[in-house]
Amino acid sequence: MNLFNKLLTALRGAVTETGEAIVDSQGIRILEQEIRDAKEHVNRAKDSLTEVIAEQMAVQRKVNSLYASIGEHEHYASQALEKNDEALALEIAEKIVALSNELDAQAAVLESLDNNIVIMKQSIAATERKIQGMDRELTLVKTTESVHKANEAVAARFSGSSSSLLSATESLERIKAKQQKKIDQMQAALSIQQEENGDRLQAKLQAAGIATNKASASDILERLRIKRSESLLNSLEYKQYHRD
Amino acid sequence: MNNKIKLMQLADALSNATINNGAALTPEIIEEDLQVLQVLIQDREEFPVYVTIDDSQILCVSYLWQEQEIIPEQREALLEALLSLNIPMPLSSFSKIGHQYIIFGALSTRSDTDAILHEIATLSDNTLEAIELMAEYLK
Repeated sequence: MNLFNKLLTALRGAVTETGEAIVDSQGIRILEQEIRDAKEHVNRAKDSLTEVIAEQMAVQRKVNSLYASIGEHEHYASQALEKNDEALALEIAEKIVALSNELDAQAAVLESLDNNIVIMKQSIAATERKIQGMDRELTLVKTTESVHKANEAVAARFSGSSSSLLSATESLERIKAKQQKKIDQMQAALSIQQEENGDRLQAKLQAAGIATNKASASDILERLRIKRSESLLNSLEYKQYHRD
Repeated sequence: MNNKIKLMQLADALSNATINNGAALTPEIIEEDLQVLQVLIQDREEFPVYVTIDDSQILCVSYLWQEQEIIPEQREALLEALLSLNIPMPLSSFSKIGHQYIIFGALSTRSDTDAILHEIATLSDNTLEAIELMAEYLK
């Protein structure tokens, strides 16, 4: 089950003669079915994994109990030896041998199960990632189809022909034209404002008698002198007022 | 967190945001079952950005041109140019769906609104720039 190959085939495949479809719609249907199958497959794999994990846990319990049992019997055997009951000790030792053999067998099964589980988990994870990727691609394909249909509908409504869809370069030109218009408008507004400011300022200067083409240098100095003495007077009055 | 909810929250966050000198965004969830967010950018409505969220990534896509817009003799040169442009162009990469060429960016699902905004703004700028750069190969 090579999902990516199937995707590529579907995508590369048959653009219709009128060039309408982005991707062969039959290809999409097949792909959707493949993805559904793959998801089903993953679900079944997960169920299997659950069973194997349950089995592994059971074997682990067996191994643990065998270990414990061996330990116990070793204890009994040494007790028997202490009591010098050779016969009993031997009997227990034989039991220990049987238990150890069983333990070896179960340990081997356990290791095999552990390995299987690792492989299954990796395989499931990898397939899930692939499925996600396919889903993503499919979403994009469907979205693209949908956007195109919508654009065609709009274009057809306004011009009666779907072939007059704006190309990328035409759309870009429209945007640049809009931007340029905005800049031109701003420039115009700016220069009008500058002119107005300039005129207003000039009028103010003239009204204050400081317009450069009217006042002379000495006029200006005279005005400054008057202003200075006024402000000195003001500060003296202020000091007096605040002392009282 | 549910991807559908994430997408709705993103739509909300974007509707109050501006990018690139104050261009307003108009997000709208189209395709109810596909869960795709269409983001219109002021003064560039011809090139919306489409956003989808799944468990592995947030994907932002913009559409460039279609196969039939390419000057046939220039197709190979265009493809070479696109591949070469992938690295220098920040955040965005080029791809193709059927005969629609696209530009896209992918983000981690842990990205915050600012990161997504930045991605959308960059993608939008790159869209215009890519078309400008490839204009000589297009009809």
